[in-house]
Amino acid sequence: MTDETLYSLQKVSKGFVKGKEKITIFDGLDMSIEKGDFLAIMGPSGSGKTTLLNMLGGVDQPTGGEVWFDGSRVDKLSEGNLAKWRANNIGFIFQFYNLMPMLNAAKNVELPLLLTNLNSKQRKKSVEAALELVGLSDRAKHMTNEMSGGQQQRVAIARAIVSDPKLLLCDEPTGDLDRATADEILEMLQLLNREFGKTIVMVTHDPAAAKYAKRTLHLDKGEFVEKDLVA
Amino acid sequence: MTKILSQIWVVIVMNITSIGQRIWMSLAAIFAVAVVVAVLLSFLAMTEGFSKTLEGSGSNTVAIVTRSGSQSELNSVLSRETINIVTTAPGIAKDANGDPIYSPELYVIVDGIKKTSGTEVNLPMRGISSVGFELRDQVSITSGRMFETGKNEIIVGEGVLREFAGFELGTTVRFGKTEWEVVGTFSTGGNAFESELWADAPTLQSQFQRGSSFQTIRVLLETPDDVSGMAEMVENDPRLFLDVVTEADYFAQQGEALNGIVIFGWIISIFMSVGALAGALNTMYTSVANRAGEIATLRAIGFSNTSAFFGTLAESIVLSVIGGFVGAMASYLFMDGLSASTLGASFTQVVFKFELTTDLFINGAFLALGIGLIGGIFPAARAARLPVIVAFRGAN
Ligand SMILES: Nc1ncnc2c1ncn2[C@@H]1O[C@H](COP(=O)(O)OP(=O)(O)O)[C@@H](O)[C@H]1O
Ligand SMILES: [Mg+2]
Repeated sequence: MTDETLYSLQKVSKGFVKGKEKITIFDGLDMSIEKGDFLAIMGPSGSGKTTLLNMLGGVDQPTGGEVWFDGSRVDKLSEGNLAKWRANNIGFIFQFYNLMPMLNAAKNVELPLLLTNLNSKQRKKSVEAALELVGLSDRAKHMTNEMSGGQQQRVAIARAIVSDPKLLLCDEPTGDLDRATADEILEMLQLLNREFGKTIVMVTHDPAAAKYAKRTLHLDKGEFVEKDLVA
Repeated sequence: MTKILSQIWVVIVMNITSIGQRIWMSLAAIFAVAVVVAVLLSFLAMTEGFSKTLEGSGSNTVAIVTRSGSQSELNSVLSRETINIVTTAPGIAKDANGDPIYSPELYVIVDGIKKTSGTEVNLPMRGISSVGFELRDQVSITSGRMFETGKNEIIVGEGVLREFAGFELGTTVRFGKTEWEVVGTFSTGGNAFESELWADAPTLQSQFQRGSSFQTIRVLLETPDDVSGMAEMVENDPRLFLDVVTEADYFAQQGEALNGIVIFGWIISIFMSVGALAGALNTMYTSVANRAGEIATLRAIGFSNTSAFFGTLAESIVLSVIGGFVGAMASYLFMDGLSASTLGASFTQVVFKFELTTDLFINGAFLALGIGLIGGIFPAARAARLPVIVAFRGAN
């Protein structure tokens, strides 16, 4: 592990108990993510992509192995500390945006800042900057459920970056969007990676989406496999 | 601290602004709480009004003498001889001529018709003298005039006039074979005496064949609350089998019968609260289910489960406080000051008014809050324990 390593998974295993059955999804998975990486994770449905992303995001805990983030171990944190850790380090972008329909765009973007020590004036400034970055300055007061899918996802991106987290986790961020809108969103992620140095991990089905990433890993039956990109 | 408060606030806003999605359920929960609170308040207002009426009746400067063990005025009989002896007891106030101030009274039951239900009920008719009239606090003739001695004339209490038919000024009423003319109405400031008909004692004695006997005497005490002189005499004189208590104590004892009604009211309300509670729980579980995705998203962003807990609890409390307020308003509008009569002491009617006091409203508020708290705490716990990966489900 070098200074440039943001994330390191060592011999991570993960299983679920479903009734009497024990399902193993990962068994001794190793993985390393460098700072500034833009990583796409592909793989067939049920291969464990979402489960992996959940563990990276600290919303699901591995059943074995070690998880190191930026030099400290995070897989043994308590629920409360994990929530704080997420607030400080992770920005989530979901397939279905997961915005609060009863709040306007600016209020949605402000949510992660409520967990910081910023006062309301500072929060307002950060929200404006984030909305500016995603090109929605003029929509700050709009209700999100009256927006198009692409606009909603841009609000979600603004929310994910507003508190300046190190890592953005995106689960099928363009899965609900048409091609042109999807490309806009992916360009935006690319910009965040290149210009703002955000480390990004993106789960996707879509090979066209994966092309925006710096590298792609293929997951199959809980393991990373080499894959011929042309095939 | 402000951080956790602003987190809780977000969850509250999220829950409250989405109430529209389960509006009927929420309204039903509010209604249920309102009904429970209204029922409790009507019981309490009734007993409060009733006991105020009784408490207001008793003076501590007047002692009431009844035959030993008679419990109420109706069952007591006192001979003229007994009265002559007991009124020589020490401790009784004297008039200008040095004579003891006392009022021998008769207490009989006559029929009345309740205006609201049309049913026949027992009304107390009291034979008194002008001394007896003066012994009542706050007594005044409100219309007409005082009855004249030796005539079949009555004056009726304001409560009787309000609740029972046929006692208007100037009318003639029949009790058995006797006829009486209503010549006046009187007030005693809202206490139990206002539920009575008053007539001249000797006239009542002859018309109801009571000879020279009375039922009770009331005496004016030299020292308020001090019946020791009379009690001592009663104890030492073998001819006297009497109970002597201040009028205040007498009515307080009668009022104690009401404690049962208060308890009954609470029991009914608590039983009904279980129903309201089920409504609140149902609504709140639905709310949590509706909000699961949003709660999980907030948790993923880093919101604490405390905020999910208190935000959910707050919604439940808001709903039940609204319900409690509606219930309290309804009972205030329909019940406060409502006049009613019920069977009091001596199997006669006591007219009283429902009375809602601040204390009673506090009782109602506690009940509403209790329902809100219990109805919210379990759904809130579910919201707090909601697995965060729910937020990612949509992406699977
Ligand atoms: N909470 C859970 N309980 C039981 N099984 C689960 C749970 N979450 C995921 N799985 C199972 O784990 C496997 C991997 O799921 P997932 O990570 O969602 O795959 P992907 O996102 O690649 O489609 C699937 O077989 C899924 O059914
Ligand atoms: Mg998935």
